[in-house]
Amino acid sequence: MDAAASATPTPISLSVRDLSVFYGPKRALGPVSMDIAEKHVTALIGPSGCGKSTFLRSLNRMNELILGCRVEGEVTLSGQPIYGPGVDAVAVRRRVGMVFQKSNPFPKSIFDNVAYGLRIGGLRDRSEVAGRVERALGHAALWDEVKERLNESALGLSGGQQQRLCIARALAVEPEVLLMDEPASALDPIATAHIEELIHELAHDYTVVIVTHNMQQAARVSDHTAFFYMGDLVEFDRTNVIFTRPAQPRTEDYITGRFG
Amino acid sequence: MDTRQHTDREYEQELGHLREQLLVMGSRVEEIIGGSMRALMERDASLAERMIESDRTIDRLEVELDGQCMQILARRQPVASDLRFITLVLKVVTDLERMGDLAVNISERVLELTGEVPLKPYVDLPRMAIEAQSMLRDALDAFVAKDVERARQVIDRDQMVDDLYGQVFRELLTYMMENSKNVYRATRLQSIAKYLERIGDHATNLAEMVVFMVKGSDIRHPDSR
Amino acid sequence: MRAGRRRIGDAALALGTGLCALLVLAILAVILGDVAIHGTPHLTLGFLTQAPRDGMTAGGIFPAIFGTVALVVLMSLAVLPAGVATAIYLSEYANPSGRLTRLVRVAVNNLAGVPSIVFGLFGLGFFVQFVGVGIDKVLYGGDRVYGQPALVWAALTMAVLTLPVVIVATEEALAAVPREHRLASAALGATRFETVLRVVLPQAMPGILTGTILAISRGAGEVAPILFVGAAYFLPKLPTSPHDQFMHLGYHVYVLSTQSPDVDATRPILYATVLVLLMLTFALNFTAVLVRSRMRRRHAGVAA
Repeated sequence: MDAAASATPTPISLSVRDLSVFYGPKRALGPVSMDIAEKHVTALIGPSGCGKSTFLRSLNRMNELILGCRVEGEVTLSGQPIYGPGVDAVAVRRRVGMVFQKSNPFPKSIFDNVAYGLRIGGLRDRSEVAGRVERALGHAALWDEVKERLNESALGLSGGQQQRLCIARALAVEPEVLLMDEPASALDPIATAHIEELIHELAHDYTVVIVTHNMQQAARVSDHTAFFYMGDLVEFDRTNVIFTRPAQPRTEDYITGRFG
Repeated sequence: MDTRQHTDREYEQELGHLREQLLVMGSRVEEIIGGSMRALMERDASLAERMIESDRTIDRLEVELDGQCMQILARRQPVASDLRFITLVLKVVTDLERMGDLAVNISERVLELTGEVPLKPYVDLPRMAIEAQSMLRDALDAFVAKDVERARQVIDRDQMVDDLYGQVFRELLTYMMENSKNVYRATRLQSIAKYLERIGDHATNLAEMVVFMVKGSDIRHPDSR
Repeated sequence: MRAGRRRIGDAALALGTGLCALLVLAILAVILGDVAIHGTPHLTLGFLTQAPRDGMTAGGIFPAIFGTVALVVLMSLAVLPAGVATAIYLSEYANPSGRLTRLVRVAVNNLAGVPSIVFGLFGLGFFVQFVGVGIDKVLYGGDRVYGQPALVWAALTMAVLTLPVVIVATEEALAAVPREHRLASAALGATRFETVLRVVLPQAMPGILTGTILAISRGAGEVAPILFVGAAYFLPKLPTSPHDQFMHLGYHVYVLSTQSPDVDATRPILYATVLVLLMLTFALNFTAVLVRSRMRRRHAGVAA
């Protein structure tokens, strides 16, 4: 079921057309069509199992890592399709980065974590790697806290710091889009506030798509909000419209807590 | 019309309580209007004084309702229709309190008139009062029931109240021009008419808020857009 | 009243399990004690560095030590790549419910259960008489070079024996690496190969090494498979090429205890040899524990 997508006059980063995702024979999502605005924050909300995480993973072809998962439809990134014969999933993932719900830094040093993506990309020049690591940590608002201990293990950082490290790691390869799957759900309120502040900053340079089950967070952090329910995109509009006068009664019911 | 209930029953109850209190406040204001007009018709000074005293109930209800709204905003973080409802309740309460003040003003003018011989039989003023009271009642009912149709009808009736005011004003003007001894009573009566007209305006405000709350579109101040 | 009975049951269990643990220690103490008491007097530097003489009734066991070490080294070189690669395939690339995967797992499990003497027969029949003879025909024009018991065949036989151990230990080590790390690596644009190489293997190393060392220590001690595939009782010189035979500590113990020309003279030698074998095994196990704890500490957050 298509929902009316709002007219976004801003340039489009990701364009989704009739996207459907199947786990084996079962349709988990779609068909969904949606345009994600460039350098804005788009939030995906909805109850558990509504398909929002599945949708998110379709944007960087991570769904393919799940056995038996099939994707139909089209997704284009800055005009170029990311599915289709001849499109390398690995290359897509360098342009569309991802941060996960539970921070998962590698058991390596802080520096090596952030440099990981650069090194597998073939960057050898030490000073350039160091420069980009510093820049990425700066973008993730973590540089000042770790600049004296880059060679220490990443596992020694606090939860909030680890999550920012994962963000820095994703930013180091300079993607166009950053996908975040409930990035703050495992964090305490203060760390969450830091992450939300960071998201706000990141939107200046990156397109951010964030899945959250916390509606207030979606309201605080995003410019556009998409509401998913049972595999369908029910409504997609500017955030302040969704939260003050949503068009769909199902959206209204969900965000006001009228769900049975 | 909302047929679905909030999953959190306590929240649902809080909203229900809010609606009840709003209606209570509305009916108090109605009573004061009615009582003040009766005091005018029957030249009952003690009734007028009692009406002035009742203002305290209105003020108390205003404080209570504001407090309840604040609680809900803090604890429930309402969104969408709930948000529109709560923020508008705050405004409705202000309007009702103003209407209460206006009704009290009527009684104050009545006190000034009770010692005097009535200038003329009061015909239009009671009509204005009845209309204003019923507009208030209907607007409030429409607000609580989220009934846009009813609200629109209230908005339409304001014209009649305005027309009646114009009529009364001109009539009292002629009385004043005829005989300077009429001026004292006529001006008091003009004030009463003015108060009633403004009560009607406030009721219209309420009705406009209903439309915004239900539809999400703001129809106030169309000329400013 | 009920509480009292429950308390007694609790105490009884604690006592019972404690006694069992003590029993294990006791057995070990008896074995070690017996060996140590009778073997240490004969354990001299000369014993360790000299060759045996006088029909094994005197001299040392250096060739056996050398042969054992050579066997173990060659075995590890053979089993590590094969075992780790198989485990990586099963863990990272194969479809968990696919037919091939299940077949491989069944094969590995069955291989683990084969009696070691059967491996010996396999080694003889396949490596020596089939592959060895074949090599001889092709490279040596029929001369018997590889078509006979040899170090290389013994090493390969032992490799096949210990393959399941390495595969299982590696698979477990790989499985212990959290899935999220693989996902994070993939999300950064790494191919599966890069993820395995740079993220999974480094983390799984302690487990892989542990499994390897356990396999090695087993290989150092097993005798049955090498009985007719390469071990010899007495050789005049040390093995210098893969097709030579070799002496082996475990085999030496076997022969000394069953075919000794002079039991009294060889008993001390026997005990000392057993002691050396035990020390070797313990040393290997200890190294495994050391390596594992070192690598664990490194991964847990201390500066590398």
